[in-house]
Amino acid sequence: MNTVTDSIGLALGLIASADTQLLAIVGLSLRVSVTACAIGALCGLALGAWLAVARFPGHGGAVWLLNTLLALPSVVVGLLVYLLLSRSGPLGSLGILFTPPAMVVAQSILVVPLIAALSRRLVLDGLAEGGDQLRSMGAGPFTSALLLLVHARLGVLTVLLTAFGRAVAEVGAVMIVGGNIDGVTRVMTTAIALETSKGDLPLALALGLLLLAVVGLINLLVTALQGSGGATSREALA
Amino acid sequence: MKRDEPGLADPTSLLLSLQDAEVRFGDVRALTGVDLALRRGDRLALVGANGAGKTTLLRLLHGLVAGSGRTAHAVNGRPLVAAMLFQRPFLLHLSVRMNMLLALWLRHVPKPERAARCVRALERVGLGALAERPARTLSGGQQQRLALARAWALQPDILFLDEPTASLDPSARREVEGLIEQLAADGVTLVFSTHNLGQAKRLASRVAYLEAGRLLADLPCDLFFDTRQPPGAAAAFLKGELPWT
Repeated sequence: MNTVTDSIGLALGLIASADTQLLAIVGLSLRVSVTACAIGALCGLALGAWLAVARFPGHGGAVWLLNTLLALPSVVVGLLVYLLLSRSGPLGSLGILFTPPAMVVAQSILVVPLIAALSRRLVLDGLAEGGDQLRSMGAGPFTSALLLLVHARLGVLTVLLTAFGRAVAEVGAVMIVGGNIDGVTRVMTTAIALETSKGDLPLALALGLLLLAVVGLINLLVTALQGSGGATSREALA
Repeated sequence: MKRDEPGLADPTSLLLSLQDAEVRFGDVRALTGVDLALRRGDRLALVGANGAGKTTLLRLLHGLVAGSGRTAHAVNGRPLVAAMLFQRPFLLHLSVRMNMLLALWLRHVPKPERAARCVRALERVGLGALAERPARTLSGGQQQRLALARAWALQPDILFLDEPTASLDPSARREVEGLIEQLAADGVTLVFSTHNLGQAKRLASRVAYLEAGRLLADLPCDLFFDTRQPPGAAAAFLKGELPWT
């Protein structure tokens, strides 16, 4: 119990002192995960929209594979990206292993199946409600799917928040492809893992609480955005 | 916003025809052996019991379901322009104006024309002042008027309406019927399904009766509702004695 109270005090102390090293770690965590989510959103939303409307031999298998990849272990992604980016790997010439871009690649791969699978479901629900009507207005299948993502943008926002949560909280992939280099690739999760292995449990827990606070703050922001959308609707109804 | 005047001058111009048309959903024949011709200025009401095939016929005519025997004819050398109104209009979570502009964009209406068409259509259905409102916050009647404006802005030759007033209160129904009459007065051919025989009498010039996927009667409105000569198969329907009773 002392460890918990110590760590809460430590976390508050770290925030109050605006420790530069901590800020750098938090900043890098956010930069890597936000960039990975942006890339993942581009690929995942397009893939989800396409899989919702495309019909081709093996479509069922592709959907099954996508849903299976929801459980993709982050260490496996880390290992695959490591193999791709290592000097002897096919993309070794890029020279980005143990740099933040490598971590972005790994996290992007992690979040694409999540975004694609959930956005596919959003599009399917939209098609059930208005697919025929969009078609009668002249929308092709993929155009309909993209319009339905715009239509369900608050749902898409929740999907992206979920993806961000997965990216910012994962440790296996960024540890393998980033290497947890102090001042270069150290992010919150790898810092927590390091402090735990060193036995500094209060600091590790404090960092964990900070991570949770950062995600909670972003969650609040998204909820406020969604709320303002709802408020606009209510005002219009009044 | 009348369509090409030469077409209006020729009331016999054929827009759409079905010859021995058939629609299957797996093993189920939803429509079979349907012959139908739609000409400029027609106002055709489709009546029949639930499951008779009215919606499927509308969807076949509009090209939304695959089926055999449908021919769309060119109008003054250009392709037929058709639009469809559904019982519950699907509106995107966007403003009224954006919903209109999207419909025009989807039909490749040139950009410079879109804004003007949008304003005219909204004014015509009495929604001009609500252009910036989120479309989904409109009342049921307003949403159906918006859907009509969306269809009207496309300047269709033919408009399909699937029970367009079924979910509306009497006041909203009157408003929507009035707008549909205005569209017809502009020369737009109407094909609508309805369970409201009074509406069929008010709006239609022809009435077609469907039963179990077959078109059993297609008569001028006055003949269809002539109680002295009820069209054989539709007689029971007109008396309210539906086929399954």
